[in-house]
Amino acid sequence: MILFNKIDKYILFDILKNRIVIAYTILLGILAWSVFTLEADSNKGVLTLLNIVLLTTPLVSIIFTAIYLYNSAEFIELLLSQPAGRKKIWNGLFFGLFASLAISFMLGAGIPILLFAPPNISLILVVMGCLITAVFVALGFLCAILTRDKARGIGISILIWLFFSLLFDGLVLFLMFQFAEYPIEKAMIGVSAMNPIDLARIFIILQMDVSAMLGYTGAIFKEFFGSGMGTIIGFATLCLWVIVPYWISLSRFVRKDL
Amino acid sequence: MIEIKDLNKQFGKFQVLRHVNLNIDAGQCVAMIGPNACGKTTLIKCMLGMVIPSSGNIYIKGKDIAGQFDYRHHLGYMPQKGRYPDNMTIGQVIDMMKDIRKGQSPFDEQLIYDFKLNTILHKKMRTLSGGTIQKVSAALAFMFNPDVLILDEPTAGLDPISADILKEKIHAVNKQGKLVIITSHLLSELDDLVSHVVLMQDGSIRFSMPVDVLRTETKTHSLSKAITHILKHDLVQ
Repeated sequence: MILFNKIDKYILFDILKNRIVIAYTILLGILAWSVFTLEADSNKGVLTLLNIVLLTTPLVSIIFTAIYLYNSAEFIELLLSQPAGRKKIWNGLFFGLFASLAISFMLGAGIPILLFAPPNISLILVVMGCLITAVFVALGFLCAILTRDKARGIGISILIWLFFSLLFDGLVLFLMFQFAEYPIEKAMIGVSAMNPIDLARIFIILQMDVSAMLGYTGAIFKEFFGSGMGTIIGFATLCLWVIVPYWISLSRFVRKDL
Repeated sequence: MIEIKDLNKQFGKFQVLRHVNLNIDAGQCVAMIGPNACGKTTLIKCMLGMVIPSSGNIYIKGKDIAGQFDYRHHLGYMPQKGRYPDNMTIGQVIDMMKDIRKGQSPFDEQLIYDFKLNTILHKKMRTLSGGTIQKVSAALAFMFNPDVLILDEPTAGLDPISADILKEKIHAVNKQGKLVIITSHLLSELDDLVSHVVLMQDGSIRFSMPVDVLRTETKTHSLSKAITHILKHDLVQ
């Protein structure tokens, strides 16, 4: 593995020994193994696991990141008194946190996915799991820099998770009923890009046969995301979900008084 | 060595530092004293680059430190309240710092042995008492032979024996011509260490002078008495 600087290496080893992260790995492992061994149809297994992963991974990633950053306040101060630039320190924290959470995702869910799921789906599922981890680590960085108050920061991170995993879908459903008379299928693609979790879900479902059941909207989605250009745009949008929140947090950290 | 010119810092509407001007030279041991919330910590954090001043400049070894970090090769900092990643061991924390400041060997590991940290290198930071964490912070601050040492309440959490070890070390380093800046409330602790006193009040520097001048002017022997004398009689304007 490429280590971007020295700080992330030590943070990575620190987090890998963290009890919450170990519990998260074991939980993902138990869920993934039991889903695949209990379900004869591996496609159904993937769907079940997809829903579990898209619920737990964002939650753990964003809250753990926010808590870790708040608890590291004094440690970050100490790092700042060393001859290291602020960007390097913040990048080190990001890669340390992302790498450790991605590794625990790979160990817990990645191994059973690669063993049991059909090859074309397993790869994209693992990649999406890591990307979603990166997105919510980046959002965790944003929460931690927005406010000095730990309780408020963690509250914001829970709200962000709640919004993207539950409230957003309700909102979309509401809009769909309101505008049912209009041809909104194409607009739905744009709306789905506003939610990284939905984007990841669409990516994976479209790889599977079940996408045939999604109806007309599903067909439009398939037409868009199934094409080479659509895949690239969707993937780039997910990457933007990592880059933009992280970049905002970085530009604030560079100017922050600690 | 350190030159501060017309430094101002505002947090929102609250002005923490007002027109601070200060010159400190190598070989001095400076005590920064003052009541709570007088701006001591903010001033120190400005020197360390943790707080970005609203206006004014700080020059360390003749170079403006704004936006720089290379100058911190010359700095050693011991925070008042250290906290380290929970699952790192003492050994890993020390290794990490050595890794970050690789080019600065040979390392001065005397305090690691004096505090007997070498016997507990495998212990996780989470399990350590406040005093032991202070010892780790102190050992890290002195490890890279810095020209400037900034110590924030260094002896506050230490037992008397360890505090003595640390004071010995401060004295030894100071004798080698290094600049030491200490903030403390315990004036009696500093009596035999410091050469200069900087008194801060309401964000500005009330006075800055050598200890012997202070003693002769106030005709007292101990530092704490001299300071209280000044504060009571409002001698320095």
